[in-house]
Amino acid sequence: MSAQNSVLFDAPGPRARQRNIVYTVFTVLLAVVGLAVLYLGFNRTLADREGPLFSAATWAVNPDGQWAAEKWEPFLRPDTWTGYVIPGLQNTLTAALTASVLAVLFGLVFGIGRMSERWWIRVPAGAVVEFFRGIPLLMLIFFTMALPIVAWQAFDIPTGTFQVTALAAVVTGLTLYNGSVLAEVFRAGILAVPKGQAEAAQAVGMTRTQTMWQILIPQAITAMMPAIVAQLVVLLKDSALGYIVAFPELLRSFTLLATRESNVIPAAIICAVIYIVINLALSRVAIWLERRNARRGRSSARPTAVGGAPVGVDATGTADGAAAAEAPPEEPDGGGGRKQP
Amino acid sequence: MEAFLSNIDRVVDGFSWTVRLTLLSALFSFILGILLTAMRVSPVPLLRGLSTAYVEGIRNTPLTLVLLFCGLGLNSALGLSFADTVATDVFWWAVIGLSAYTSCFVSESLRSGINTIPLGQVEAARSLGLTFTQNLRMIVIPQALRTVVGPLGSVLIALTKNTTVASVAGLGVQEASRQMKLMFDQGIAPVLPTFVGFAIGFLILTLPMGYFFGWLSKRVAVVR
Repeated sequence: MSAQNSVLFDAPGPRARQRNIVYTVFTVLLAVVGLAVLYLGFNRTLADREGPLFSAATWAVNPDGQWAAEKWEPFLRPDTWTGYVIPGLQNTLTAALTASVLAVLFGLVFGIGRMSERWWIRVPAGAVVEFFRGIPLLMLIFFTMALPIVAWQAFDIPTGTFQVTALAAVVTGLTLYNGSVLAEVFRAGILAVPKGQAEAAQAVGMTRTQTMWQILIPQAITAMMPAIVAQLVVLLKDSALGYIVAFPELLRSFTLLATRESNVIPAAIICAVIYIVINLALSRVAIWLERRNARRGRSSARPTAVGGAPVGVDATGTADGAAAAEAPPEEPDGGGGRKQP
Repeated sequence: MEAFLSNIDRVVDGFSWTVRLTLLSALFSFILGILLTAMRVSPVPLLRGLSTAYVEGIRNTPLTLVLLFCGLGLNSALGLSFADTVATDVFWWAVIGLSAYTSCFVSESLRSGINTIPLGQVEAARSLGLTFTQNLRMIVIPQALRTVVGPLGSVLIALTKNTTVASVAGLGVQEASRQMKLMFDQGIAPVLPTFVGFAIGFLILTLPMGYFFGWLSKRVAVVR
């Protein structure tokens, strides 16, 4: 519902315009107060403040505070970027890209496995997907890190035989969790292809495997692309959990930098900006794909909702994954054909 | 398994923090989410802009960073203290961080719910002379809420799992995943049973939630 032609309110008349001005002024005041509290808090902690609130000394930039120019200056030096930010970004992207590829493969195998006509494939695949979707990603990462201990305790393999790096643990966790969510996306997408397609394929004598790979998946994939890309945004964001297991990714680089320069707030702000820019760019790709699909209108499958949850939710878990196929209200930006007239 | 079961009180304690974090954050993020949605569709351009900027900004920031900011930045800078004990203090900061983050997803779900309401509903309400606030309160939000029960359930499940991030440095809430990590590190119980035990704990929390919201969303679905 865009701002200009919203049906929730009329074009403002004189009284409404006045009221809007009052609201605007009130909001601006609130925002100014909020920003002032933040400014003062990071300038010198609120507890440390001496002297009255409205004095020049209180509002002047504290040379030891977070707003002092020297706290921001590190971000103008090239060695900050080459020494901290770029290596961190590289590690984040390495983990995210590796995990993306593996998660898509995992999702394909288990998503299709879950639709198998043989129960001894269907049931275990479903159990695996539900298990990894239902437990927190962080626990998976902790467990993967502890695998050498498990090997020692359970199988008497001496510790030190093999080691699990933080990167491996993060990639494993991201793969298992996001792969399980993607498995549900794939299943929902394939189920959303009209039944007649599979029936027609079998009527002309194609095997089930042929039907799946030549008829169903090609049609489903275009409808699923936005949901897949949205899940990859989640994956990229979740790679920041590597911070907790000391994987030197972007967030960890920034905290190291913040410790060295004691500039927590500038570091946090710039780190957030980098993540936001990358994720917004990826989200744009998802929206662009969706628009393109809507324009082409070739696939007979309905668009797949994002894992049964709004775009960008970093853990999706309706117990009934097929609910995603029933196209609940999702993706407000480009929902194309689904909007009510 | 016996070693794990003999430490069951630690497990229960961990999950009690998880549940407390989940319930309080769910409450606050629901309220904040409705507020953000109302701002997002309001006639005042500034409110719309603020809400959009907040949702798009926080939603695309990793939760780890949000919680770190609460723990290392806001906590020390603002010097706000909620209680005398550190444990309670960091707990409330974790609740603030989780609510700030989750409210964005509540708001996005609600907004997509609003988009599914037939135009006629809103037009009829307006032609009866309902003001924007009345329209929102009596027509739009109730229908939107009923449509998005399923997605909101997913958000709640995600929140339950996200509480594990509250073990991050600067906060260190003693919730379930942290207890699990401590039990791994202290070697009180073998790793595998400990992991399975905690995993079952989380499945006990999340699976019924999924079924409940699935049932509820069918139950309250708006018939059109």
